[in-house]
Amino acid sequence: MDLALIVLIQVLYAVASLVIISAGLAVIFGMMKVINLAHGEFMMLGAYAVIAALKVGANLWFAIFIIAPIAVGIVGVVLERLIIRRLYGRMVDTMLATWGLSLLLVGIVTSVAGNTTAGVSAPLGSFSIGAYSVSGYTLVIIAVAVVLAVAIRWVLTRTQFGLIARGTMQKPDMANALGISPSRVYSVTFAVGAALSGLAGALLAPLTGVVPTMGAAFVAKAFITVIGGGPAILAGLLGASTLFGTINQLATFVTTPVLGEVALLLAAIVMLRLLPQGITGRFFKGSL
Amino acid sequence: MDRRSFIHGSAAALAGSALPLFPMAAMAADEIVVSSIIDMSGGLDIYGKPMTDCMTLAVEEQNAAGGLLGKKIKLVNYDPQSNMQLYAQFAQQSALKDKSTVVMGGITSASREVIRPVLTRNKTLYFYNTQYEGGVCDRNTFCTGVTPGQTIAKLVPYAMKKWGKKVYVVAADYNYGQITSQWVKKFVQENGGSIASIDFFPLDVTNFGPTISKIEAAKPDMIVSALVGGAHIAFYRQWAAAGLTKKIPLASTTFAGGNEQIVLSPAEADGFLVSYNYFQNIDTPENNAFKARFYKRFGADYPNITELAMGTYQGFKLWAEGVKKAGSIDHEKMITALESGISIDGPSGKVSIDPETHHCVLNVRIAEVRNKQLNVVETFQQQPPVDTSAVCNLKKNPKDNQQYVIKA
Repeated sequence: MDLALIVLIQVLYAVASLVIISAGLAVIFGMMKVINLAHGEFMMLGAYAVIAALKVGANLWFAIFIIAPIAVGIVGVVLERLIIRRLYGRMVDTMLATWGLSLLLVGIVTSVAGNTTAGVSAPLGSFSIGAYSVSGYTLVIIAVAVVLAVAIRWVLTRTQFGLIARGTMQKPDMANALGISPSRVYSVTFAVGAALSGLAGALLAPLTGVVPTMGAAFVAKAFITVIGGGPAILAGLLGASTLFGTINQLATFVTTPVLGEVALLLAAIVMLRLLPQGITGRFFKGSL
Repeated sequence: MDRRSFIHGSAAALAGSALPLFPMAAMAADEIVVSSIIDMSGGLDIYGKPMTDCMTLAVEEQNAAGGLLGKKIKLVNYDPQSNMQLYAQFAQQSALKDKSTVVMGGITSASREVIRPVLTRNKTLYFYNTQYEGGVCDRNTFCTGVTPGQTIAKLVPYAMKKWGKKVYVVAADYNYGQITSQWVKKFVQENGGSIASIDFFPLDVTNFGPTISKIEAAKPDMIVSALVGGAHIAFYRQWAAAGLTKKIPLASTTFAGGNEQIVLSPAEADGFLVSYNYFQNIDTPENNAFKARFYKRFGADYPNITELAMGTYQGFKLWAEGVKKAGSIDHEKMITALESGISIDGPSGKVSIDPETHHCVLNVRIAEVRNKQLNVVETFQQQPPVDTSAVCNLKKNPKDNQQYVIKA
């Protein structure tokens, strides 16, 4: 019974962390069709923002939830102005440009912070379920994923900005004719995506080693999740995260971590063979 | 320009470009070239930087003492950027272009296996100064780092005596972790213990949640970790976050190699046991004198002089001792001299080359992590490389050239 509960928490945690690491990419790639290979580096910047904020004495939670997203969001605005906006509609070119960008960001952070592993300890301690201990921070990750999903849905469906953003992504010229500046909408949307990536990196900072190259460990999983999700941003994100996170974690429990990763990739391959448009290409059509 | 003047011109240009070769050849006669191929950038630079600093110090000290055989030593540093192709290229350059007397370097076992054949083929002496999994048997190569037969053989019994007999192993999923975990298993079983499980992790795994629950379910008396790299620090973090640091103790074959004890907080890492040849806290006159020289050269705020850095320093000293004894930088004469049982008194204590395996007999220590420092708790004098000597005898088979995968 204890074990079942532990497995449930770990599965929820795996799903939640996929949602968190993929949310920023879902906005930038899913909505804007920019193949952002620098997604992992945006996360890395978020993690470093937390480290830097802690060094000057900021509160950990304030650093994670406020400083990191804002800092990376600003970086996103600047990069969108300088590079990304010249490449809208040229998907393959965005891939090349953002790949170069990711190398540049790794290089800059390495020369500033050094290639040493930094990090913070996970706050909140642990609690026991029967013979097992669980880190309190695990529950924070799960809670944040839920809040994040609700918030994305709320912004996209209930706010004027969400409506304008969705409209602009579908038909920029029509939006323009209605008096909306698409370039401003793009800019803000990209910044929001970058901020979400920054938040993801900040949330993971207490769980992993923070190094300039840490992004590489996440970018592939984020892409697999977003592409597996298909055209509907939020439903796709949640669906793919649930599917892959559950398979990955259960396989890890039953076998080994290596086979857990293999199972995730196998599931992705099989699923994309059966549903080439992703989960929401077939199910939950027309959802968000 | 007609053809004749073009030919004249190009001939002159060729002669011009060839000219500088002669002064270089003349220079080489009164200098001994030592090449160092160590990653100074990329993912491995955290290991490489202290190694290069120690190499620089060793060469400077040798030159200040008058060089070797009346000649100055010229250190050529190559940075392979944690990239195996560059290792191959730089090994070729050191052997053929620089005509190096000796090449020192390589950090991972993979990089060693890239440069070792290149240097052996070109008859250029090679020193590999890193702790590794053991078993390299090659007359042209000297491995001065510690191997599992020296460290794990001491660490496992010590930890088992202290903590108990049921051991859970977590290891990185490449040749180092695979081979090392077999050594752990062997020594655990020899000491009457049992292995609960051996789990391997790809180098980019950062979520250790399921593993930690599995470990709890297995209820081991202790953990042995052979995890490697930045991502795997997550294990120690999540281990501590789950509150297990205080419940299940941990010994490691790799911890502190990349200064993990400084990255993690005392609450996360205190009490871990590690085993190497060198710790900077060793309190001997030799080591204190060495540290004074090192800090004077590289600053008193240097984070930590690592095992790998000391391996590099002592490796260079051993080679210099060999050259002195040979009285020559002839390839064959150097090997013969190095094989004659030479030794140095390094900061870690006496280090001597075992003639049969080209590995080292040296002191091995166990240390405990306490408040970001590594405090030596026990020293084992003059440990021979029993693992490699079980399979390798270069006195009997000088033509042997392979890495034995030692069946633990």
